[in-house]
Amino acid sequence: MRFYIILGKLLRALARLRGGGSALPGMVIEKLCPDFLSKMLLQLPLGVAVITGTNGKTTTTRIASALLESQNLRVFTNPTGSNFTRGVISAILEKADCKGNLPYDIAILELDEAYAVHFANKVQPEYSLHLNVMRDQLDRFGEIDNTQRMLYSLAERTTKKIVLNSEDYRIMKSTDAAKQEVDVSYFSLAPELKALFPTDDELYDDTLTKQSVISQNTQIQSKTRNNSQKLSKTLTVNATTLLSFTDSSATYLLNGESIDVKLKVRGLYNIYNVAAALQLVNAILDGDFDKNSLISALENVTPAFGRGEKITLNNGAELELVLVKNPSGFRLALESFENSNADDKTQVMIAISDEYADGRDMSWLWDVDFTPLHNENTTVSLVSGTRAYDMALRLMYDLITPTWINDDIKSALSTFTSDAQNAPINRIYCTYTAMLKIRSELAKVTEIQESGLK
Amino acid sequence: MSERKITIVHLYPRSMNIYGDAGNVLAVKRRLEWYGYTPKIVSHNETNVFPSECDILIGGGGQDSGQLKIMQDLQIIAPKLQELAENGTPQLMVCGLYQLYGLYFKTYEDNFLDGIGVFDIYTLGKTTRLIGNITTESDRFGKIVGYENHSGQTFFDGKKTLPLAKVLNGVGNNETDKTEGAIYKNTIGTYLHGSILPKNPAICDFLIEQATINKYGEFAPTSKIPAHVLKTTENARKVAFDLPR
Repeated sequence: MRFYIILGKLLRALARLRGGGSALPGMVIEKLCPDFLSKMLLQLPLGVAVITGTNGKTTTTRIASALLESQNLRVFTNPTGSNFTRGVISAILEKADCKGNLPYDIAILELDEAYAVHFANKVQPEYSLHLNVMRDQLDRFGEIDNTQRMLYSLAERTTKKIVLNSEDYRIMKSTDAAKQEVDVSYFSLAPELKALFPTDDELYDDTLTKQSVISQNTQIQSKTRNNSQKLSKTLTVNATTLLSFTDSSATYLLNGESIDVKLKVRGLYNIYNVAAALQLVNAILDGDFDKNSLISALENVTPAFGRGEKITLNNGAELELVLVKNPSGFRLALESFENSNADDKTQVMIAISDEYADGRDMSWLWDVDFTPLHNENTTVSLVSGTRAYDMALRLMYDLITPTWINDDIKSALSTFTSDAQNAPINRIYCTYTAMLKIRSELAKVTEIQESGLK
Repeated sequence: MSERKITIVHLYPRSMNIYGDAGNVLAVKRRLEWYGYTPKIVSHNETNVFPSECDILIGGGGQDSGQLKIMQDLQIIAPKLQELAENGTPQLMVCGLYQLYGLYFKTYEDNFLDGIGVFDIYTLGKTTRLIGNITTESDRFGKIVGYENHSGQTFFDGKKTLPLAKVLNGVGNNETDKTEGAIYKNTIGTYLHGSILPKNPAICDFLIEQATINKYGEFAPTSKIPAHVLKTTENARKVAFDLPR
């Protein structure tokens, strides 16, 4: 192992010198030493937890890691977004000492569905958390039912505990996959909240009402508050349940006890993902944790990069970056962000590219309802990215005409930012590679948080 | 008569909606409005009675599980769909429903799914998935651009049905004959997503023109497609034609 660690660290240093990516050292080591991953991770006393699903992996991993650290555990995790096995290897090369020791108690890894299976074939994880199955990058996985089968196979390979989203029937199919000695628990929604979180099928079922889910929100919140007393008795104890929430706080039922927290993470799905992270941590620690430090850690978690992350420009204006990568995520982002401050003047830029990591089929844009952008306070001032014209055409079929179309992200961004002082809110929706480009451009003119990506 | 209604029936939106098929319905709807007609969208799901009025029929792709769900209903409404095809009602069937508009689909595990035989084509399930950007060319519609994602390969079984287009770049119906899609009277079948209609307005307008001629004797637009839409469509097509597979 020492040989590979030293070789890997050397490769990393070389790659850095040349300004190259972090993937190469991981690829080389994976080739030379196929059991590198399992040997290194086997050292961790509490083992490995894998977090997977279509939406929310990065945020949930971030929250779960913070929660475990609040219990004085040393948590090894892969950097944001680099959720392939070679990304994990690169992270190990960085964190291990030269003798091959990995000085952590547990690994929390976010893995893309296909790579989660690839990973589990090499390293059987002690824990796995299955978030949701939504259509995403079908050009890679073929069909959404295939994705479900991948998660089923991850569940089969999990050795201790599995946490499932009880609101997603494709995820719930994995219940049957659990080995007899494996404990299965859930995260769930109070019945009144279910309408706010459509499953993939409901998103495409036009017989369901198309009315904005957010607009029903206030009513539902007040209703659940009154009911939460009663609910705590009826809901099963092996689930963590989101009982109610407002813009900045939420109430969860954890081990039969309701807890109130103020949250910095935003967006409907992230608030639900907190329940997922809580239940995973609860399962790992067997319910044995210090509640106060857990809550205070939860209250301090900030949004992951590109999930509503705010960046202040030199001219004093603020930019918000929102990563969009599939129809359900884009639709929910529009619903939650465009409605949360509907009275403020908002300038929007949308950047859509079609590299492999973005998804190459533009069909998905036609499954997103863009009418939330159709209000008097919102201007779509720029559309950019390699598929800018596809995006602009999509908007026009929803009767929204963007002010500018410019497929060059660099110059589009400079137009957008130079105009940013004119509006209190400047929001950029972008696909994965478009976001990397935008962040690297912004890094030249302002201070931005290290994304962990190269 | 002044409202000039055209009814679009969306076939199985609940089970056959794999990727962007709603875009085809939206394209027909919006262009009808731009031409001065009044579109009405009606959904037909496997639990409904087939709508009595139908001027344009649009169906999409599905997963294998979605196809199984609709099989029974599809056989029930087959006579109606065949009658619409024979009468020249314009129809667009993408991917999964394109396959089921043929004679049969033989899956890779040798299961037979009966089609409704509007097209005399058959489809064989294969292990490799054909995925990527595709461009084709048709005498009638000019160049067509889109994205394909299918494991079934489709072959022609007779003379009644013609290919929709020949493949310029990509695979299309199958790995051997360089054809893509099928056309019989005013019914079009294709593997192209994208969604196909917004970026290929010639096909969209063909469906609209046939529907208005069938219903009102002529296609008589009272207004035009907005200039910015025309220009953006051209630009989007230009970008798509230059994409690698």
